[in-house]
Amino acid sequence: MGNHALSYGAKLSRAQVISAYPITPQTEVVELLSRMCASGELKAKFIKVESEHSAMASLIGASSVGVRTFTATSSQGLAHMHEMLHWATGARTPIVMGNINRAFAPPWSVWTEQNDSLSQRDTGWMQLYAQNNQEVLDSVIQAYKVAESLDLPAMVILAAFVLSHTSETVEMPEQEKVDEFLPPYERKYKIDPDEPHAFGGLTNPDNYFELRYKIQKAMEEALKKWEEVGEEFEMMFGRRYGLVETYKVSDAKSLIVSSGTIASTARNAVDSLRESGVKVGFLRIRVFRPFPAELIRGILSSVDKVIVIDRNIGFGASGIFYQEVKAAMYNEKNTPPIFGVVTGLGGRDVSSKDIIEIYQDVIRMKEPKSDIIWKGLKI
Amino acid sequence: MEGSKDMKLKIPEEEIMGCGNLACQGCGATLAMRHTLKALGRNTVIVLPACCWSVIDGPFPHSLVNVPLFHTAFAAGPSTASGIKAALEIQGKDTNVVAWTGDGGTYDIGLGTLSGAAERNDDMIYVCYDNEAYMNTGIQRSSSTPLKAWTTTTPVESPKENPKKDIISIMAAHRIPYIATASIAYPEDMIEKFKKAKDIKGMRFVLVFSPCPTGWKYAPQLTVKLARLAVQSRIFPLVEIENGIKWKLTKEIARPSPVADYLKPQGRFKHLNSKDIAEIEQNVEADWNRLLQKIEK
Amino acid sequence: MAKKSDKKIIFKKEKEMPPFAISFYSMEYNKTGIWRNFRPVIDYDKCTFCLICWKFCPEAAIKLKKTKVKGREKLQPVIDYEYCKGCGICWEECLTKAIDIEEESD
Repeated sequence: MGNHALSYGAKLSRAQVISAYPITPQTEVVELLSRMCASGELKAKFIKVESEHSAMASLIGASSVGVRTFTATSSQGLAHMHEMLHWATGARTPIVMGNINRAFAPPWSVWTEQNDSLSQRDTGWMQLYAQNNQEVLDSVIQAYKVAESLDLPAMVILAAFVLSHTSETVEMPEQEKVDEFLPPYERKYKIDPDEPHAFGGLTNPDNYFELRYKIQKAMEEALKKWEEVGEEFEMMFGRRYGLVETYKVSDAKSLIVSSGTIASTARNAVDSLRESGVKVGFLRIRVFRPFPAELIRGILSSVDKVIVIDRNIGFGASGIFYQEVKAAMYNEKNTPPIFGVVTGLGGRDVSSKDIIEIYQDVIRMKEPKSDIIWKGLKI
Repeated sequence: MEGSKDMKLKIPEEEIMGCGNLACQGCGATLAMRHTLKALGRNTVIVLPACCWSVIDGPFPHSLVNVPLFHTAFAAGPSTASGIKAALEIQGKDTNVVAWTGDGGTYDIGLGTLSGAAERNDDMIYVCYDNEAYMNTGIQRSSSTPLKAWTTTTPVESPKENPKKDIISIMAAHRIPYIATASIAYPEDMIEKFKKAKDIKGMRFVLVFSPCPTGWKYAPQLTVKLARLAVQSRIFPLVEIENGIKWKLTKEIARPSPVADYLKPQGRFKHLNSKDIAEIEQNVEADWNRLLQKIEK
Repeated sequence: MAKKSDKKIIFKKEKEMPPFAISFYSMEYNKTGIWRNFRPVIDYDKCTFCLICWKFCPEAAIKLKKTKVKGREKLQPVIDYEYCKGCGICWEECLTKAIDIEEESD
């Protein structure tokens, strides 16, 4: 299952300190890692913390000493560690975390929605939305490589139940190859009694600005790094992942844009539409932070219409991927009209038929009348 | 006895803490750190959640203490320390990891985190320097503030309505290997306790009584005197607890000083009338007697 | 070892800065002696070299100097006026009242 793909990703990456608190639907990640640590299959220390806030705090400490760290969480847990997510970025700790997209309470829900991870989009964590279990496992290994080269934390995100609890066949990379691809973590400025420093001391306005600039610069470098690491990974393991993934876009007149598990469904919808002669393509945004604006501009500028499907909502505004895609296109000379669709919140199923209907509704509109087109709402 | 002419220095001579700190004049917390570092030595990492010491150590890119010092979030002291210790062990280093917190981070916002680390018996020395209020943010009450004290959030019209939280009993309930109370007025005792703690594995908790001239409103030269009076009047007993069950009194107070002597010099108690003081005296007596019940004969 | 500086370091360029906020320098630049209104002065005729003042200084601003008193090796407390904040703890605690408090001259 997707959860286990995360566990195996952490195991193959030889995570050294794992600190996690259970939350549905992440529990299987930590349970499997617990078993692996207990049996010695994974030589790591597993700190059974009493809250997610403590999970992230302990990993920030461990990572600052210079060891590889891993955790996983979801919705409420992710929100509980929000303060420490900012801390992980400021402390420049390359922690890798699996996040299972689950809807926020109240009311209680365990089903999928992307608001939990997207609420953290400004924390300085790199964010990657996976569409199948193979990608989950591979992305954990890639995430360590990118994170440790830039000292920025990263989260590998997958949908609750649709991916976390769905079993798919996954090719397990060989440990020796992973070791070659991902050498042990070396940290330059670390907690070391032989070389004492104070970490995170009070910084006045005269120098804080520059430290923030450095984080942004690292994020910008990450755009290149993800592609580099993607190429290296392909050479080593035969599977290619980029910042985005295109499907039948080369001759497309209109484009559907989405992320995560909606992607697989959207590709089916694209195939169906193509069969009826429609020239539509699909763009999957895989790496959301840093946002691959330039790549998106290149792809979107050659189509006549864009439909962004969001399984999330920025209350008071609109779907979040829609906002970011629109912003990326704003200053372009020839930007197509961009339509934002919000669907599937709280785990409501999004089927191929739904996506085909979305396309057929939107294609009749000349330009968007509002920022949100609701799909599948019972009103 | 202190002050004998040929006193051999029971306190290590080397200063590990540097000069030029940003603390107020007469700060008890600074004296506490000075002696703690003497006891533990340079093979120490200080984990520092939000508290006065977050400022005292100095601004980026400077530091006072000459040992690694890791600033962390308010509630995250013990959890960060757990992670640091785990990582240092993986690297084969046997380093003292000290979570250095104020009473705010211990008694209030960090209590859950502290309880978690204590229950896991994570290997660290947890020090709470207790100045009995949220001093760094400007003297607001904490659950460590004593009964009837003035703070900015418990003004004289409505002084602190609840007694000081009994953090020592809470820690004892966790059955951790070592708990001690210390006062900056008794540095030899404090250093001995830290040296003892240093050689024990698991969670060690030391509560250091640290008067604050700014927050308690007294002339700064009285810091050590008040720390001494607190012990001598039985308000702050000096104890050691092994495994949460074996309680030891490390300083017998056969003839206690009057509680009023301790309260009078402090502006935060200026508003007390004789009835209040009598009530406080009764509480101190009752608490002391209850403590004696726990002490192992 | 922490580097010394004569004043608080403010980096002029982003390139000079470490990747995040870590310390390289000591706090010695911060001469807290200028905070004083009153200065403690040790009268070595009354001093018994018990070192209580050294013990209780929160600033570590009392240094120990090896000296000989009547042929015996002693450690002599010497106040470092660059850092002494004038809190008065040494004056209060001294058992033989060997420390006087004087108003600081400008």
